Amino acid sequence: MNRDKYDENISLDALRKGDKKAFAQLVKANSEAIYRLALRMLNDPQDAEDILQETFIKAFHYLPNFEGRSKLSTWLYRIAVNESLMHIRKKKPQVTSIDEENETDQGDLVPKQIIDWCCLPEDSLLTSETQEYISKAVQDLSPANRAAFLLRDISGLSTREAAQALEISESALKTRLSRARLEMRELLTSYFSERMAAA
Amino acid sequence: MKKTKTISCQDVIDHLCDYIDSNLDEAQYLALKAHIADCQNCQIVINTLNKTIELCKSGSDNIKLPDEVRKRLIAKLGLEKLRDQ
Repeated sequence: MNRDKYDENISLDALRKGDKKAFAQLVKANSEAIYRLALRMLNDPQDAEDILQETFIKAFHYLPNFEGRSKLSTWLYRIAVNESLMHIRKKKPQVTSIDEENETDQGDLVPKQIIDWCCLPEDSLLTSETQEYISKAVQDLSPANRAAFLLRDISGLSTREAAQALEISESALKTRLSRARLEMRELLTSYFSERMAAA
Repeated sequence: MKKTKTISCQDVIDHLCDYIDSNLDEAQYLALKAHIADCQNCQIVINTLNKTIELCKSGSDNIKLPDEVRKRLIAKLGLEKLRDQ
């Protein structure tokens, strides 16, 4: 389903007035994407379900104030990310800087392992074990970098939309995205080089 | 760090996102591309980075909303009567 097209066909006016039929359309068009994002953010199906429900409860509540400066789907992502970050904060109160990082710190932006694992056969890259590893590896990213990575590379938002959803500048989004991508690459390089060595 | 003309590996790293996402102007893109064509390390970084994104995306695309979760959501939002419309 093309969600953007779907969103465009839902009457914003009706949504703002609390029309349940229009709201049901919004839920139908976006619930899977929001669940997927929440599951990747938190790696726990029950937590992801809680975030999914809370996202749409909040959306219904705040729709009368939605100004339409972003797409509806981007706005829903923003709510879901904020809910997920709050959830992480509650679970790990010792993490003080969950969504604000030093944007100028470039210290980690250097690839450390130069190993070409792309030559591995596709069927050994696409195993369920690999996917399980990826789910866990995403949790190693800082929550702020994780959100940038998931919105941009998994949910498929543009740089501008992802920045809007996180309420940061495009430049800050790119910094977080670079770190997240490089960190994920390092983690997968370690994972696949072990398999290459064992083969 | 290896240097090719005025572009270094660090330049590639600094513009990695924009390079992968095709957000560079043509001159910048061609300069980086020329360095990468001549630098095996940068090729490996770019290729494994693209593959990393592809693997993460393909795994996430397989995540479906379970029926029971969808039903509980609909119930929580009081939309049961509108579910099939």
